[in-house]
Amino acid sequence: MFKSLNICLKDLQSEFRSKKKLNSMIIFSLLVVLIFSISFGNFIGKSSFIDSLVPGVLWVSFTFVSTIAIFQSFSDEIENGCINALKLCPAQWNAIYTGKILSTLTLLYLVQLFIIPIFALMFNYSFQGIFLLAVVVLVGTSGIVSVGVLLAAITMNTRSGELLLPVLLFPLIVPVIIPSVLATGKIISGSTFVDILDELRLLVVYVIMFYTTSRLLFEWTIQD
Amino acid sequence: MKPYISIKGLFKKFEGRYAVSNISFDIFNDEFIVLFGPNGAGKTTILKMIASLLKPTDGVISINGTNMEKNLIEARQLIGFVSHETFIYENLTVEENLRFFGKMFDIDSVELETRINKMIEEAGLCIYRKERAGTLSRGMKQRLSIIRALIHKPSILLLDEPYTGLDLNAIEVFENLVLNNSHTKVKIMVSHNLERGFNVCNRAIIIKNGKITFDKKKNEIGSYADFKTLCEFNFQSN
Amino acid sequence: MLNNNTILAGVELMIEFNKQILRLLPYLILVSLIISLGAIFIYTPPMYDGAGTLLNESFNIFFIHLPIALISYFAFMLVFVSSILYLHTFNNKWDKFAASSAEIGAIFAFLVLLTGSIWANDVWGWYWVWEPRLTTSLVLFLVYVGYIMVRQSVDEPEKGARLSAIFGIVGFISVPLSFFSIRLWRSVHPVMFGDTFYGTTGGGIGGIEIIVTLFINLITFFLLFVGLLIFRYDNEKLKSKVYTLKRKLMNN
Repeated sequence: MFKSLNICLKDLQSEFRSKKKLNSMIIFSLLVVLIFSISFGNFIGKSSFIDSLVPGVLWVSFTFVSTIAIFQSFSDEIENGCINALKLCPAQWNAIYTGKILSTLTLLYLVQLFIIPIFALMFNYSFQGIFLLAVVVLVGTSGIVSVGVLLAAITMNTRSGELLLPVLLFPLIVPVIIPSVLATGKIISGSTFVDILDELRLLVVYVIMFYTTSRLLFEWTIQD
Repeated sequence: MKPYISIKGLFKKFEGRYAVSNISFDIFNDEFIVLFGPNGAGKTTILKMIASLLKPTDGVISINGTNMEKNLIEARQLIGFVSHETFIYENLTVEENLRFFGKMFDIDSVELETRINKMIEEAGLCIYRKERAGTLSRGMKQRLSIIRALIHKPSILLLDEPYTGLDLNAIEVFENLVLNNSHTKVKIMVSHNLERGFNVCNRAIIIKNGKITFDKKKNEIGSYADFKTLCEFNFQSN
Repeated sequence: MLNNNTILAGVELMIEFNKQILRLLPYLILVSLIISLGAIFIYTPPMYDGAGTLLNESFNIFFIHLPIALISYFAFMLVFVSSILYLHTFNNKWDKFAASSAEIGAIFAFLVLLTGSIWANDVWGWYWVWEPRLTTSLVLFLVYVGYIMVRQSVDEPEKGARLSAIFGIVGFISVPLSFFSIRLWRSVHPVMFGDTFYGTTGGGIGGIEIIVTLFINLITFFLLFVGLLIFRYDNEKLKSKVYTLKRKLMNN
């Protein structure tokens, strides 16, 4: 665990210095929200329409941004063959997986917390239950990232990895997206924590399942 | 004398073909072995198996009498690996790179700082200390790469084509760093550079088609000219 | 797990020793297909639903739809099991088995979607509804497609085998999860057997003829699956033989 944390801190330190991933993620998410606000321009201001649009639009943007974040999660390690250096450290290889999850999740969550106000701004919309939303986004994103990092480790070994990753990722995260969208919909229509307990419980179970299986399987992805 | 590393019946199968087949040899304290051989002979594969990066298809590597595969984590504490890839993070500074790997090897933080200071000085990287590793020249990066591999004072140093892309000056500094450290008991290198490799080693092994075709101490071989003809003969004959 | 192992061992046995039976298998499948079609169109009486109204002719597609759906799940389970065994043993046999099973499973999963859509359009008036079983079938199909794509995008067979095995395992886990996720939404898919599963009552279909016809079809499609699997497996074997021979030629 300590070593995973060390890997995560190293990733974040490196990222906050170059800001390569953060920049690309933020600009991309801005564009996605912009395109949505242009295409739904007629509805802006009519809060009943927006109410039903928000969960979908929000999670579509989150999914797209996740793909970018996940795809880049191993970019530092491929450069200069650093993944081999990590493999040579006296730790279980799945510590690398946990470290990568932590760093990818942190970056992604920061970007998502940035998207939500931008979204509110562009759609002229005020969110209810913002703290609850932040919790759902965190749990849902953990689910996406925990299976995503495994797939990133698979696709970094293939030709045309950047094309393959979304194709592999999207079907697998269907079970995470659906409860997340439902919970988000409930929150913005004024539900409390108790109302979304079902969805949250389901999400937590998925996160645990995806995390444990992926952690178990990760070792084989980086084995040559 | 008891061997420090003992390799017995090592096999590695890649895509239905044996890249390494039935390799056995012992490595004793204070040996500097260089593995020579034509392209695709299996030298790097052997090195990577000793480094625990590759799992042997069959065979046993034991360090100090214990089977490496059963004690992977402990074995990795003993191994330092330098490759033609530098294994350093371009966005981190020189000292941050060292600190990260130091922590990965469970070095106590006070001890780590003194080690970093000492090693940066030895490698002549003092003025680059706070520079991003990505801005360093190739030779400087390779110096950083070697002190990165030595940060946990490994007793086994493995070098995989370390000369790639280095100029003469850089090679000299590099060899100093490799040869003048007291804690490594055993060094194994894979090299294409016959002359360099022969100069630093005290035992030469030639690998061909995954098998050992030649294995002698340097003082039994004689001069470099003898060794060169020997290599030419060994590499070409089919 | 044990059960699957015995089946796998059985298939292996058939391939290795019973070439004679293997030669008869296509004819057996043909005969069995004819019997199945006969059972569907001649043997079964007209259908009535729980309320007593006559069901549309299109109900007949159900006799194909259900067996291939079951078999596509079965195929995916084979992929899952042989992927685990591959990562455990690194024996190429399991990889070839998983690859063959996945390709045939993908075709079956696609047919499930196709027959389901045709039927749905006739009965409900839409081709597609977001509903647990439909969506799960779609996810299943997409995971299969991903599995095949992973395999194709790696040039080295061993690496491809390893990576697709990993995907085969994690993909298998996501399919039931999808099902439970979508169950949060109300379901319109009819429940054929058993009683309440989504809170709605079952279709109330019974009668010995239907069970018999369904059973015949299940056997037929199982035979078809096994037949295809054996031939596909043989193909994979030849493919790797060709690959090794090519490598040998290149090395000399």
